[in-house]
Amino acid sequence: MIRLEQSSPPRWKYPTYEPGEPVALFIPCYVDQFFPEAARATAELLARRDVPTVFPKEQTCCGQPAFNSGYWEDARKVVRHFCDTFADYRWIVCPSGSCTAMCRVFFGQVDPDPRVVEIGRRVVELTEFLVEVLGVTDTGARFPHKVTLHNGCHTRRELGVIDPPLKLLGAVRDIEYVEMPDVEECCGFGGTFSVKMPGTSLAMGRTKVQSIVASGAEVVVSPDSSCLMHIGGMLRHNPATRHIQTKHIAEVLVAGE
Amino acid sequence: MSTEEHDLQGAPFLKEQIAGLYEPAGSKATGEAAERSTKHNREVTEAIPYWQDWREAASQIKQYAVANLDKLLVEFEEKITARGATVLWAEDAEEANRHVLAIAREHGVKTVVKGKSMVTEEMELNHKLAEAGIRAVETDLGEYIVQLAEQRPTHIVTPALHLSAKEVGELFAEKLGEPFSAEHEHLTKLARKHLRQEFLNADMGTSGTNFAIADTGTLAIVENEGNVGLSTSTPPIHVALIGVEKVLPRIDYLPLFLNMLARVGTGQKLTSYTHLIHGATPGRKLYVILLDNGRTNVLRDKAARRALCCIRCGMCLNVCPVYRRVGGWAYGWVYPGPIGSIISPHLIGMDKAGSLPFASTLCGACSDVCPVKIDIPHQLVHLRHRAVNEPSPARSLGDRLTWKLWAWAMGGPRRYRAAMGLVKLGVRLARFLPWHPGKLGAWTRGRALPQVPRGKSFRAEKRSSDET
Repeated sequence: MIRLEQSSPPRWKYPTYEPGEPVALFIPCYVDQFFPEAARATAELLARRDVPTVFPKEQTCCGQPAFNSGYWEDARKVVRHFCDTFADYRWIVCPSGSCTAMCRVFFGQVDPDPRVVEIGRRVVELTEFLVEVLGVTDTGARFPHKVTLHNGCHTRRELGVIDPPLKLLGAVRDIEYVEMPDVEECCGFGGTFSVKMPGTSLAMGRTKVQSIVASGAEVVVSPDSSCLMHIGGMLRHNPATRHIQTKHIAEVLVAGE
Repeated sequence: MSTEEHDLQGAPFLKEQIAGLYEPAGSKATGEAAERSTKHNREVTEAIPYWQDWREAASQIKQYAVANLDKLLVEFEEKITARGATVLWAEDAEEANRHVLAIAREHGVKTVVKGKSMVTEEMELNHKLAEAGIRAVETDLGEYIVQLAEQRPTHIVTPALHLSAKEVGELFAEKLGEPFSAEHEHLTKLARKHLRQEFLNADMGTSGTNFAIADTGTLAIVENEGNVGLSTSTPPIHVALIGVEKVLPRIDYLPLFLNMLARVGTGQKLTSYTHLIHGATPGRKLYVILLDNGRTNVLRDKAARRALCCIRCGMCLNVCPVYRRVGGWAYGWVYPGPIGSIISPHLIGMDKAGSLPFASTLCGACSDVCPVKIDIPHQLVHLRHRAVNEPSPARSLGDRLTWKLWAWAMGGPRRYRAAMGLVKLGVRLARFLPWHPGKLGAWTRGRALPQVPRGKSFRAEKRSSDET
């Protein structure tokens, strides 16, 4: 179980991973359906490190959409289903900072049952698992492109995962990493916020797109496909920015072989 | 509670008008000024190596104070009363207004000079004084500008943040009959010239209070313009208004808070003036009004108590990407920005302010900088939970059914696959629709829909690989 040592910035104490221990993959619903290449890259990354992965077939969602919308009673049903599905695994790895934050930080609010809280705390974000748990920074990837990183706000602030994606990108061969201006700013997605306050969401997105353009990057990577769905949607909506690609960080970390 | 003059629906976003791709209503000056002060204030805080320890200490002290309001407020009252002040308690804005008006009537007050106070905004005090034939003059430069413009403050620390110097120059030309200038120093001098006479003529001065210190019975007020000093000492009567949560247990803690408030509030190491008022000066009257106005509602909601730790520094407004774009008025009541979204529902009721907690991406930039470490995004989701279960504008039968259905669909892999199949089909078909209704349109008017991958979903691949 991961313990919170300090509330701000969050710092976690990770258990030790014993070689050969199976890791359960939690592939969030929208990644599974719309970005399966990110899920495949996640499984591939772990397989290359001889980490055996299992995909518990009963899995659906972490409950975050209902939770963030205020419907905690509905979220609770989904959270309990999650806990039943993953109860037998000591390690749960997820290629989304936002969904990981839901499990690790917010499960206890939805359902104070200690079992639920404990299972939620086993969930580790992919880049965090690679760097903080396995101690890996070089994944052997080669990606000869100009890349910028957008860290989702839940990844950055709820999980405090800031360095791992940077360390991993830093070790990729032939990559040219550029930081965008105001890198900490929210992209404006915010789940249902994006359609509840679309004008503000797009105004925030436009600022983010300007920052990305200013960085000169050809590819925007992120540990969160949800932010990328919004950012990429905006980039593709405008012919002037259509050439800029969005990729989940896992895809870059397995590239080039 | 006088809220009838406020447009609680505020900007279109609060009405959930999907067609309203227009909701940002903040001025260009708001975004620019908020961004500038964020950068500046962060530099000043990050220069302190112990900043995180200070935050933790401040947070603990305020949490202690909030948990012991009953004892600390009484201690404060006893101490300051012993030195000649009159302490009055007010359960709501109406009662506080009654106190102020009674004091004014007793002393035949005709003109009031006001130091900056958000509590008097809650009370709509200027309005009430005007109804009683008493003239109230705001003396804080920002408040003075906003009052001249017949507007409301858009920020709790810098009330005229939304106006550029040029706009202020035009306002002064129009209302004060002065020649136009957009030069800051000149504009300040003009305000000073006009305000000086008001201080000398006023019969009563009012002020807010930053910290009410219990163990010594002291009012601590910070300012930069000297107007609070003049408002509280020139007229023969000083009325200090205090929200009950402003109490600090001991004067020993004050330096920490003065240091932090100046840094996060205005990017200063210390404000230009700090007033410590321990009681009434001989020959003058000091009244202290302790106002609840819904604050004890926060105490009743255990998960929300930390919201009362707020020291009104305004930093969460400055960093908030939503506030920067929609501006202060969009929040519909006195307190805008993230702090407004977590306290207004308690102070004026979920039925009026229930939409506010939804005006956020939950990005957490606010709690990252909050000097007293209020867990704002967590409070926002907590209030969303309350808002959909209590009478509020956020409660919707359609949403309730949608999420019930969603929870059912997410209850097992088969239902999940069927639901996701429908979503993907919808996304595919949407391309052929000439017009996108509702939330779909809200997405596609500025964003392309995600491309539906040609291959299988990850789980479908896993399934077929397991079967072979």
